[in-house]
Amino acid sequence: MSSGIVLDDVHVRLGDRDVLRGVDLRLTEHRIGIVGANGSGKSTLARLLNGLVLPTRGRVSVDGLDTARSGPAVRRRVGFVFTDPDAQILMPTVAEDVEYSLPRTLPRAERARRVAEALTTVGLAEHAEHPAHLLSGGQKQLLALTSVLVTEPRVVVADEPTTLLDLRNTREIAARLLALPQQLVLVSHDLDVVAGTDRVLVVDEGRLVADDEPGPALDHYRRLMS
Amino acid sequence: MTRGPSALHRLPAGAKLAALAAGSLGLILVDSLPGVLAALGLVAAGYAAARISPRLAWEQVRPVALLVAILFGAQIWMIGLEPAAVVALRVVVLVALAGLVTLTTRAGDLLATIERAAHPLRGVGVDPARMALVLSLAIRGIPVLADVSRRVQDAQRARGRRDVRAYAVPVVVGALRRADAVSEALAARGRAD
Repeated sequence: MSSGIVLDDVHVRLGDRDVLRGVDLRLTEHRIGIVGANGSGKSTLARLLNGLVLPTRGRVSVDGLDTARSGPAVRRRVGFVFTDPDAQILMPTVAEDVEYSLPRTLPRAERARRVAEALTTVGLAEHAEHPAHLLSGGQKQLLALTSVLVTEPRVVVADEPTTLLDLRNTREIAARLLALPQQLVLVSHDLDVVAGTDRVLVVDEGRLVADDEPGPALDHYRRLMS
Repeated sequence: MTRGPSALHRLPAGAKLAALAAGSLGLILVDSLPGVLAALGLVAAGYAAARISPRLAWEQVRPVALLVAILFGAQIWMIGLEPAAVVALRVVVLVALAGLVTLTTRAGDLLATIERAAHPLRGVGVDPARMALVLSLAIRGIPVLADVSRRVQDAQRARGRRDVRAYAVPVVVGALRRADAVSEALAARGRAD
C-alpha cells in the first residue's frame, strides 16, 4: 500500500463549471499549505482529500485507498476541520460532541476517558458539560478540532479554520495545528500561518500554479494577487 | 454552566421523560386557574430545587412568549379572561417543564433513553440510532437556527427595514445551507457512510 496522499490527473466539475482541472500531486510532507483566491478551487481540493468531494475524472488516494471506493476507510484516516465550527459541532454539549466522534462500539467508560483526556489537552475540560453554542468562536473551533483529533486520524485537513477568529484565537488555533504530529493540509488566507508549513500549493482558477517551499510559493501568490 | 449537581440532575433520564409525559397529560385535565397556577408553582419549585437561575428559567419560555401572548389575547375574545389564562398558562407550564427536563439531563442520556424506548419499533423498520441522531441534531439545531434568525433581524434593523418576505427568505436559505453543512460534517465524521 503506497503511503501519502496522491492526486492523479484530478478534474472536478460542479454544474457547468470546472472547479479543478488536471491536478497531479503527491503529498508526503508533514505540513502542507494551500492558498488561492476565493473561488479558486482550494476548498474543493481540500474536500477531495477525505472524499467529501469526489473527482469527476482522475483519482485521489490516501495511503493507497481510493476516496471514491473506500470513503469510510479514508475518512477514518483523514479528519476534516471546517471554516465555521458551528457547522461542524453536531451535539448539544461540548463533551457529547467529542464523544460523538468515537465509535459506539467502544465501552462507555473508555469513551468518557478519551473525551476527558482530549478536552483536558486543549484546555476545554471545564466546559465539558456546557452547551456548545455558548462557547466563544475560538473555543468552538478548538472543540471542532478536538472532535477530529479524538479519532486519532493520520491526516488533518483544515479548510480556512481561522477565517472567523480574532488575532489571538487565530494564533492559538494555528499554533496547535502546526504542532500536530499528524500530517496537516491547511487551507488559509492567512499567509503568516501558511508560512509555517513545509510546502505550499497555490491554486488559481482550478489549476495548481505554484508548488514550492513557503517563501517562493507565497511570493508567487502575492504577485498573482497584486 | 447549566447542569449543576442536584437531585433532579441525578434522576435517571427515563424517569424524567416519564414524568414529563405524565405531567403533560395530567395538565390537560387541569382546567381551573388555581390548578394551573399550582402546576406552575410546582415547576418553579423544580427549577429552584435544580438551582437554575431565574434568568435561565426565563430563557426556556421566552421563545414562546409572543405566541402565548397572541394565544391569550385571542382566547380572551373567544372564551373569556379566566379560561384564556388557563390555556395560556398551560402552554407556559408545558414549555417550562420540558425546559426543566432538558436543563437537568444530558442530551446524550435523553437520546440513549429514547433510543432504548424505540427498540421495539425496529420490527416496523425504524432505526432507533438514526432516530436518536435526528433528535440530537434537532436539539443542536435550535440555537443555530435562532442565531440565523437573529442575524437576519439584525441585518434588517441595520437597513431600517422590517418585512416578512425579507425575513423569511434569508432564514429559509440560511437553514437550508446549514442543513447542507451538517450533512457535510456528518460525512466528514464518517456518520453518513
